Amino acid sequence: MPIITEKELRPDYDVIVVGSGAGGGQSAYTLTMNGVKVLMLEAGRNYDPATETPMFQTASQMPLRGLSTREKPFGFADATVDGGWEVPDEPYTQANDKPEERFWWWRARMLGGRTNHWGRISLRNGPYDFKPYSRDGLGFDWPIAYEDVAPYYDKVELLVGVYGSNEGLENTPDSPNGTLLPPPKARAGELYFKKHVAKLGIPVVPIHRAVLSTRQDHENIPRRLFPHNPTAQKLTAESMKARAACFWATDCGRGCSIRANYQSTTVHLPPALASGNLDILCDAHAREVILNDQGKAAGVAYVDKKTGQERVVKARAVILAASSGETARILLNSRAKRPEGVANSSGLVGKYIMDTVGAGLGGRVPAFENLPVHNEDGAGAHVYVPWWLYRPQHAGKLDFARGYHIEFTTGRQAPNLNVAGPAAPGYGRAFKEDLRRTYGSFVGFSGRGEMIPNKDSFCELDPSVKDKWGIPVLRFHWKWSSHELNQAAHMQRTFKEMIEAAGGVAGNPTTGDKAIKPGGFIIHEVGGGIMGADRAKSVTNGWNQCWDIPNLLLNDGSAFASNADKNPTLTIMALAWRACDHLIDEMRKGNL
Amino acid sequence: MPPESSSSPSPRLDRRQALAWLAVAAVGLTASGRLPLGAAEPGDRPHGKRIGADPVLNKTYVPGELWPLSFTPAQRAAADALADLILPPEAGGKKPSELGVPAFIDEWVSSYYDETLKDRPIILAGLTWLDAEAQRRHGAVFAKLTEAQQAGIADDICGVKPVKKEHKPGQDFFKRFRHLAAGGYYTTPQGMRELGYVGNTPSANFDGPTPEALKHLGLA
Repeated sequence: MPIITEKELRPDYDVIVVGSGAGGGQSAYTLTMNGVKVLMLEAGRNYDPATETPMFQTASQMPLRGLSTREKPFGFADATVDGGWEVPDEPYTQANDKPEERFWWWRARMLGGRTNHWGRISLRNGPYDFKPYSRDGLGFDWPIAYEDVAPYYDKVELLVGVYGSNEGLENTPDSPNGTLLPPPKARAGELYFKKHVAKLGIPVVPIHRAVLSTRQDHENIPRRLFPHNPTAQKLTAESMKARAACFWATDCGRGCSIRANYQSTTVHLPPALASGNLDILCDAHAREVILNDQGKAAGVAYVDKKTGQERVVKARAVILAASSGETARILLNSRAKRPEGVANSSGLVGKYIMDTVGAGLGGRVPAFENLPVHNEDGAGAHVYVPWWLYRPQHAGKLDFARGYHIEFTTGRQAPNLNVAGPAAPGYGRAFKEDLRRTYGSFVGFSGRGEMIPNKDSFCELDPSVKDKWGIPVLRFHWKWSSHELNQAAHMQRTFKEMIEAAGGVAGNPTTGDKAIKPGGFIIHEVGGGIMGADRAKSVTNGWNQCWDIPNLLLNDGSAFASNADKNPTLTIMALAWRACDHLIDEMRKGNL
Repeated sequence: MPPESSSSPSPRLDRRQALAWLAVAAVGLTASGRLPLGAAEPGDRPHGKRIGADPVLNKTYVPGELWPLSFTPAQRAAADALADLILPPEAGGKKPSELGVPAFIDEWVSSYYDETLKDRPIILAGLTWLDAEAQRRHGAVFAKLTEAQQAGIADDICGVKPVKKEHKPGQDFFKRFRHLAAGGYYTTPQGMRELGYVGNTPSANFDGPTPEALKHLGLA
């Protein structure tokens, strides 16, 4: 019985994994495919997308037409339950009341964690993205290079299934032939923009997303992933056979009962559970990493949320993948032997947290009015604009140092409550005709840009506030630099140019401080346990191992030394796979 | 302008609303050190019921199921008539009042959210104003007027022509009512069809734009 209760805990786990999202899911998968006995602790409830997902529900079947509320910030049908920027009984605090210095901390207390809520956009970091300091003197270099991670990007893309294309663009890596699934056709509006923004020098190319545009090659991929491991091949093949291809309808964010998209519950956890090597304990909120007398990780103390009782489980190694903020919180709360928390001899646990820079602009393109009716659903974004100004930026011609990519939406999407928002005054037939003509002519542009880590953006333990279970909570500090603010302003100006290039009318760009979304708003929180080559200046080494405690790994976004515009999830998975391969080697050699 | 796109799955969160939540959260933090979920005051909605953080997602909900509704029979009759006037049915189609649109508006103004709180007095007082105005002009409630008489009132408050000072309360009401009625209507299957939204149906392939659509855009 793989989803277990406390009474069924075994005394002899090899590894405890805290968290069940991208980092935890990937860690559990890699370890269990290699015969390692794993206990996963999840702070939220069990969740099964096959039985709980409201895939085809329309807004008229939902309370308040699916309105976004504080309890369900991305609408009623969004897959995330017991999550959002506010979680009952689990507060966090801000060091400063200024809105621009506050950090919005998103959490998802459920099996699968934050993989239940993401855009499935799966872009590789490029060579520049691992050595940003060497390139422009800002931030930090990673102790590893693109070449170190590339084989694991290959593996993750093969395992989860990512659609996209190879375009040979600067710092936007291609995948080996046969790795990516074919991209879906571009929509009418996407093609229209591709044509009309070409004169601005802006490329529109297929995006990479973790969605099965075709079924996976279950005969060959498992052999490529595990050449000498027939058990892992069999388990992976069976899981791949059980996944269907996308049927080009319904919002991925609601979850996928046919397992066509990636969330850890559709890809990582089923084969890991089928191996018999994984136990999952839900409603188990990790509080502290337990150390043995030698100062190594020996287990985890957690609170059983159903009873409020504290328990301890033991293992030979511990992997934290609780989300960047929660991982820092656990390390800082592990104070039984060290007042500063564990793995914190550098004093850098919780420091250098990053989000993605986000800004948007809407507009209307009259050419899209009365577009002949056809089904434009598809599967989320089909195209995007990768950062295209590497050279002028490197030459110092821009007033910000790092890049961004552009996502945009066009066409007739499932109507929501705001359908009449932009309409002219009136009622009756004229009003209806106005809506019918203009519906589908509205476009939305979003930039997703790189934030440079800074010393003013960090989290620490609040000196007085505790959660419902008496565990000290995080207090956040946040500041943008001029690089992020100038980048946000550049995004909006670019969006206006793009919309106007398509003959449209755009909203008004504003200044960077008004354009930029609040910190944490894009939900790409990374850092807080950054990796580096110098143990005095970093928390983990290039294998996600804590410098102070080599059998304690940070396999979520914590170890990111920079936060490229490529969205973190694919890189979290690649690094977790790589770190677990190394962990297995070290355990087999008796080094841990 | 419509809401902007997001790498997060839709529906999209309105930035102003999000900042309003942030402001509320700031107040709550100062007071108690915690982020309160129930920031809206119950006021005259003592039920205090909300959707909650972990609702059953894959079932069909109907207005009145999660919290009691508010419209009096007179307000409901006025809402039915006004929704049908704003969104007259096409040939063979149903009226908004037959598709549950006024019931949705009632659900909205009866709910316990920051987003819906501000609409409650506007809509409830507005429906009462509508009947009073109908009585004043024609000696009968709005629902009992002829379509031409109803249109006479709507024309004065809909904003197509300058709205007289004495009609301003009606103008604010009409604007919000139209917004909610259209949102309620166009999210029904009939409304979606009328807008040309033909998705939410599985298919083996994604065919992309039709030749007609490409031609329309000069891309063929």
